[in-house]
Amino acid sequence: MLAYILGRFVQFLLSLFVASVIVFALMSVLPGNAAQVALGTNATPEAVAALEARYGLDEPPIVRYLDWVGGMVQGDFGTSYVTGTQITPVIVDSVQVTAIIVVTAIVLAVAIAVPLGTFAALEQRNWVGATISALSQIGIAIPNFLAAILLVMVFSLTLGWFPSQGWTAPIEGFGDFLAGLVLPVVALALVQAAILTRYVRSAVLDVMREDFIRTARAKGLTRTRALFAHGLRNAAIPVITVAGVQLATLLVGAVVIEQIFVLPGIGSELVRAVANRDLLTVQGIVMVLIVLVLIINFIVDLLYPVVDPRLRNAA
Amino acid sequence: MAETLLDVAGLTITPADSGAPVVDGVSLTMAPGERVGLIGESGSGKSLTALSIMGLLPEELSAAGSVTLAGFDGNVLEASERRLARMRSDLVSMVFQEPMSALNPLMRVGDQIAEVLRLHGGVPRAEIPARVRDLLVSVHMPDPDGARFAYPHQLSGGQRQRVMLAIALANSPRLLICDEPTTALDVTVQKHMLDLISERVDAVGAGLLFITHDLAVVAGLCDRVIVMHGGRIVETGSVAEVFTDPQHAYTRGLLASSDLEATDENGRLFTLRTAGEYAGPGGTERSDPLSRFAPPPPGGATDRPVTASARAVVRRAQSAPEGGDPDPLSDPDPLIEVAGVSKLYRSGGLLFRRRRPVQALESIDLSVARGQRLGIVGESGSGKSTLLSILAGLDTPTTGHVRVGDITVESASAADLKTLREHLQIVFQDPFASLDPRMRIADIVAEPLIAKGIGREEREARVEEMLRAVDLEPATMRRYPHQFSGGQRQRISIARALVSRPQILVADEPVSALDVSVRAQVLNLLSDLVDDYALTLVFVSHDLGVVRHLCSDVVVMKDGRIVEAGTTEGVYAHPREEYTRSLIAATPNLAEALAGAR
Repeated sequence: MLAYILGRFVQFLLSLFVASVIVFALMSVLPGNAAQVALGTNATPEAVAALEARYGLDEPPIVRYLDWVGGMVQGDFGTSYVTGTQITPVIVDSVQVTAIIVVTAIVLAVAIAVPLGTFAALEQRNWVGATISALSQIGIAIPNFLAAILLVMVFSLTLGWFPSQGWTAPIEGFGDFLAGLVLPVVALALVQAAILTRYVRSAVLDVMREDFIRTARAKGLTRTRALFAHGLRNAAIPVITVAGVQLATLLVGAVVIEQIFVLPGIGSELVRAVANRDLLTVQGIVMVLIVLVLIINFIVDLLYPVVDPRLRNAA
Repeated sequence: MAETLLDVAGLTITPADSGAPVVDGVSLTMAPGERVGLIGESGSGKSLTALSIMGLLPEELSAAGSVTLAGFDGNVLEASERRLARMRSDLVSMVFQEPMSALNPLMRVGDQIAEVLRLHGGVPRAEIPARVRDLLVSVHMPDPDGARFAYPHQLSGGQRQRVMLAIALANSPRLLICDEPTTALDVTVQKHMLDLISERVDAVGAGLLFITHDLAVVAGLCDRVIVMHGGRIVETGSVAEVFTDPQHAYTRGLLASSDLEATDENGRLFTLRTAGEYAGPGGTERSDPLSRFAPPPPGGATDRPVTASARAVVRRAQSAPEGGDPDPLSDPDPLIEVAGVSKLYRSGGLLFRRRRPVQALESIDLSVARGQRLGIVGESGSGKSTLLSILAGLDTPTTGHVRVGDITVESASAADLKTLREHLQIVFQDPFASLDPRMRIADIVAEPLIAKGIGREEREARVEEMLRAVDLEPATMRRYPHQFSGGQRQRISIARALVSRPQILVADEPVSALDVSVRAQVLNLLSDLVDDYALTLVFVSHDLGVVRHLCSDVVVMKDGRIVEAGTTEGVYAHPREEYTRSLIAATPNLAEALAGAR
């Protein structure tokens, strides 16, 4: 088991290394000199050379790469060539906002999808199951920005229950913080829940066909109790996989929702940095997103053997 | 009339979407403690009948009629799920066929046994762990203390089936239903399991309804048999009556085709069609064993409807221009030579994992002469499938040499392997999994020819000929695999293997997934084709009866080693090794079982 964790961790580190090389290389081969971009087209060659020297842009790529990675390991993403400010605080602040929204959304999605999908599977032959399937089908078809706009129209503009935009930090007022969170989180969660419901439904249907469910019923459990005692945990593995992928997708995908609700999340920062041609900030944000996605995958990998003993001493 | 344990009356089961019943008016009764064998092939409705008694029929089927059980109030078919749940495993229990999937893979074995005790509340909570241990001991589980904490995947198939039996009998039900509980097990394990079922059923005083297609198993275990065919009961009576004096034509056919020691005057196994001449188990005079391995009668004028066309195909094939090609497998003798082959599997892959090498094969020496029929016998895990893979160039040996014709397989180039595969073809075990479900039959059979680069018109002609040779209507060649039965699919596999006119046919348990009546047909077909196409046959099986019928020589494998080799008759008559003796003794034999039952 320990070997498995270590193995996964080494894999995690290797992926991280490869990703950092790719991100750095991509940013380096982009046309245009970073210093030139930062100073504008009117800058004199001397000024550009001076800026390059200041930020070490005249160093060979390997030195710049090591500087960049070395800084990140110590929590320093460097100084933006464009704004001249530290990048780290920007990333730290915006990651928190996104993480809160996305994690809450995925928890909500799972909380909706697991009971709903299970119910849809158990009742697959009557109108209840059919209705749930139809609703989840519609949910998948609705893009989350449309869901967001509809939610704002109903709950903010018409009913006035929740603010239509903006972010309040928890220390500034916890009630406002929660109220501001509701609509973006629900907008994200609804769509994800619709997708996840379908996966849960089909995973539960598959499990219900398994021989061991028949055994459980032969032991004297009713169909429903057999599902709860033996089925759900067996259905968990495909659901964990999908939820992990969804969480990773949301980290970046939340950018649309962040824009609609004017939230200072990492997606918004990324969009701004790209618009400003702030290469080093883009590089930093992309790296942070990659690390987060890899961490999610790492956690998902660790969950498999917890759920399934067959994977614990997988040869 | 004496007390009845089970009374099934007019049971008719119909699929929800179509009218034709799959079980049609089945009526049967069982007395308490009686042991009844329910015999039939797949699709005969025997398992559905059993599931109805448990109230476990799949939802898409609807049942009419009545099922009453001593101790259960009312008709099982109409009872609510809650009442049925209370009845199951209290009055009736069931052991299922597939030990690999019948237990929850995520739950410790002890917990799964404890659950059934807890559910029915007969055992005080504090005593459950001790009772679980007792149950494991009662089914002769090795290391019962450790086994409680094991997960199903850590147990062998036989051990899992023991756990299933412990669960089924935990609450001392009055009726135990076993649905082919030993079909997926090795013969020696099967023997132990059958003895165990017999012992435990006696110990708890339960009645036994034993479902199987294997007549020999029933003969040794049951008092009475019921034969089902096409959803109806065709015959019922005591074991001795039914097996020695079958009244119904189907029963006679089933008996005849399951007897691998009886052959008609042409040395062929009896099938449902030819069963009329069958004289009963052990009743036929054994034909001269050698005659079965003799070349086909000259002229081929005997009555062999299936292969008349096959032989014509061969004659044409042999006179075809291809015969003029330089033959890459020409003459070094023996045709196949395996020398000192070992195979070591390294488990593990990633960095820190400990590697435990598994010795799958250990210094195997083997040679097969042209035209020889070699049987490889062994239980699961004996390495026989690994050996086949190496022979076919699908896997490489860790050490040793394999020569097929003049190709050195372990170091063969891609071109050599291609040649090898033209001349050595494989038929696999599972007729359901080994055909691509999205390809038409014609395309499946034609694939080896495409690989060989043969033009479209010739391809189609040869596919058609081949389908005829395996007794399939060429009109069916536009269909997909799911539209065929298991036996038909295995014939398609054989057609695919033989269409490129190989010299060597390797068969990996090709009949172990088939019903006995179909098995006889496929074995006859295989035997005819081997003769007609002058094939060299390497036939892997766990079933000694099959090998004995089909092969002239046999190799017995155990734990990756060859423990015994020789002519089939020699090895059977005078097995030298203890292991071979135990294999032969464990193989169910109808005549012996009947003699024992009398």
